[in-house]
Amino acid sequence: MNRILSAFALVLLGASLAVAAPLDSFKGQKGTLDIAGGTAHIPVMKKAAQAIMSANGDIRITVAGGGSGVGVQKVGEGLVQIGNTGRALKESEIAKYGLETFPFAIDGVAVAVNPANAVTSLTKAQVKDVFAGKILNWKELGGKDAPISLYVREDGSGTRETFEERALDKGTSTPSANVVNSNGAMKTAIAQDPNAIGYVGIGHLDDSIRGVTVDGMVPSQANAADGSYTITRLLYMNTKGKPQGLTALFIDYIYSEDGKGFIRSSGYIPLDKK
Amino acid sequence: MRNATSVRRMSRSGEAGLAMLRLSVVLAMGGMALLFLMVVAFALPAFVQNGGGGPFSWSWSPGHGEFGILPMMVGSVAVGGLAVIPGWVTGVCLCCWLLSPTRAGRPGPWRVLVAGLVRVMTAVPTVVYGFAAVFLLAPSLRMWLGGSGFSWLAASVMLSVLILPTVVLVLQAGLAPRLEALSLSGVALGMNRLELLWHLVLPASRATLLSAAVLGFGRAVGDTMLPLMLAGNAPVMPDSLLSGVRTLTAHMALVTSNEVGGQAYDSLFMAGLLLLVINGTVSLVIRHMGGRA
Repeated sequence: MNRILSAFALVLLGASLAVAAPLDSFKGQKGTLDIAGGTAHIPVMKKAAQAIMSANGDIRITVAGGGSGVGVQKVGEGLVQIGNTGRALKESEIAKYGLETFPFAIDGVAVAVNPANAVTSLTKAQVKDVFAGKILNWKELGGKDAPISLYVREDGSGTRETFEERALDKGTSTPSANVVNSNGAMKTAIAQDPNAIGYVGIGHLDDSIRGVTVDGMVPSQANAADGSYTITRLLYMNTKGKPQGLTALFIDYIYSEDGKGFIRSSGYIPLDKK
Repeated sequence: MRNATSVRRMSRSGEAGLAMLRLSVVLAMGGMALLFLMVVAFALPAFVQNGGGGPFSWSWSPGHGEFGILPMMVGSVAVGGLAVIPGWVTGVCLCCWLLSPTRAGRPGPWRVLVAGLVRVMTAVPTVVYGFAAVFLLAPSLRMWLGGSGFSWLAASVMLSVLILPTVVLVLQAGLAPRLEALSLSGVALGMNRLELLWHLVLPASRATLLSAAVLGFGRAVGDTMLPLMLAGNAPVMPDSLLSGVRTLTAHMALVTSNEVGGQAYDSLFMAGLLLLVINGTVSLVIRHMGGRA
C-alpha cells in the first residue's frame, strides 16, 4: 500500500515537474515586457503573464488591448515589445516596420443550436439573415414553427469578432439579440433553450449543443486546423525584428505545453512554432 | 489612588477608541472621496468628446463608433423599478405578519422560522440566485410566455427576491418600536396587533415605508450578477417585459472583460458615474425623508 502511494506521489511529482519545466527558462530573468493589440489574444496573454510573474517576481508583463491596428502600430513604433493581431500582417506593414510574425493559435467559431433542433445545416446567407434579425422563425429554415432566440457574445469578444468577420462578412448582429459573456454561458443558454441559435469557439463544442454545418462545412477542430472550415482566423504575435531576451522567452512560452494549455482553455486551437 | 489610576486607564482606552473611530471615519470618507474623484476624472474624456456616438446617445455599437449608454441607464432604472414593486409589497406583508403574532405577543414556531430565513437570505450570494434562476425561472418563462426567457421580467423577479430581506429588516426596525409603544393601549381598546399595525402604525410610518422602498431600489440598481445572468443584456430600450435589457452594471461587467483602453472603456467610467449619481440621489432622498420623519 505504502509502495503504491509513494509511486503515486512520484508520478505526481514528475507531472508537476513536467508542467513547471517551461517556466524554468525565466529563472534569473528580470525586466518589463509590454504587450498590446488584438482583444482575442488577451485571455491567453494574461494567463501566460500571470504564470510567469508568479514564478518570477522580477518580471513585469503588461497586457493591453486596442485591436489589431493598434498592435501593429505600437510594436512598429517600439512602444511595446509584442503587438498582437487577429489578421496576417500586410506587406506594407512588414516593409515599413520590419516586423516578424508568429501565428500561435487558430480561432474557429461554430454556429450552434440546441440538440433537439431539426435544423442541422444552414447556408451562409441564412446565417446572415438570422443574425441580422430578418429571419425570425425556425419554420423559414425548415424547422418547426417557433421563434428563433438569438444569442450573441459581448462587443470586443474575440469569438464575436471572428464570427462577424468570417460568417457575417463584417456585418453586425441585431442589437436586440441576447448577449452572454462567455463561451460557457453561451453553451448553457443554447443547451437550455430549444429555439436557440448562437456561436461558440470550436474548442467548446460538445454534446450539450449541436454545431451547425454552414455552406456544407462541418465545424470541428480537425476541419478548422486543415482549413476546410473557414469561419476561422489565426492569432498572431508580432515583434519588431527578431525577438530577443524576455520577448523571445515569452513567445517560446506561448508555444510550450503551458502556453498550449492557456490557448485551449481560452477556446482556441494551438499551433506549433514554424 | 487606585480609583484615579483606573479612571486614567479608562480615559486612555477611551482616547484610543476615539482615535480608532476617527481613523475609520477618515478612511471611509477619504475612500469615498477618492472613488468619486477617480470616476469623475476618468469620465471626463467622455464628456469632452464631441459629436455623435458619445455616451449620451441611444445607440451602443462600438464597431460603428457609437458608444451610447442611455439605453443601459433606462435599463437599470426599469429593472430596479420593476423589482421594487413586488419586493416592497411582499416585504410589507411579510413584515406585518412577522410583527403580529396571534398568541399573546409571542412569536410561534412559524414566525421564528420565517424570521430566521429572512436573515439567512441576506447572506445568499446573488450568483446563487442567478444560477438557480437560469435553470428554473428562465425556462419556465420561456415555456409559459414565449421569448428566450432571459428578459427584463426575469431579472426583476429575481431582484425582488434579492431585496426582500433588506425591505423586511428595514421595516421591522422602523415599525416594531412604534407597535410596541402602542400595543398596551391598543389591546385595551380591543384591537389586535395586526389591526394596530394596519390602522395606526403603518399610516404613521410613511418615512420608514418609503426608505425601505428606496433602499431596496438602490440595492436592485446596484446589483450586477442577476441582470448579467438573466436580463438578456441586449443594449436596446425594452419594448415589453419579455424583451432583453442591459443594465449599467451588467454593461460595465461585459465591456471590462475585453476592453482595456479606448472609447468603449472610457464610456464605462461614465456608466459608473451615472450609477453613482443614481445611488447618490437615492440616498439623498432617504436622508430627506429621514429629516421629515
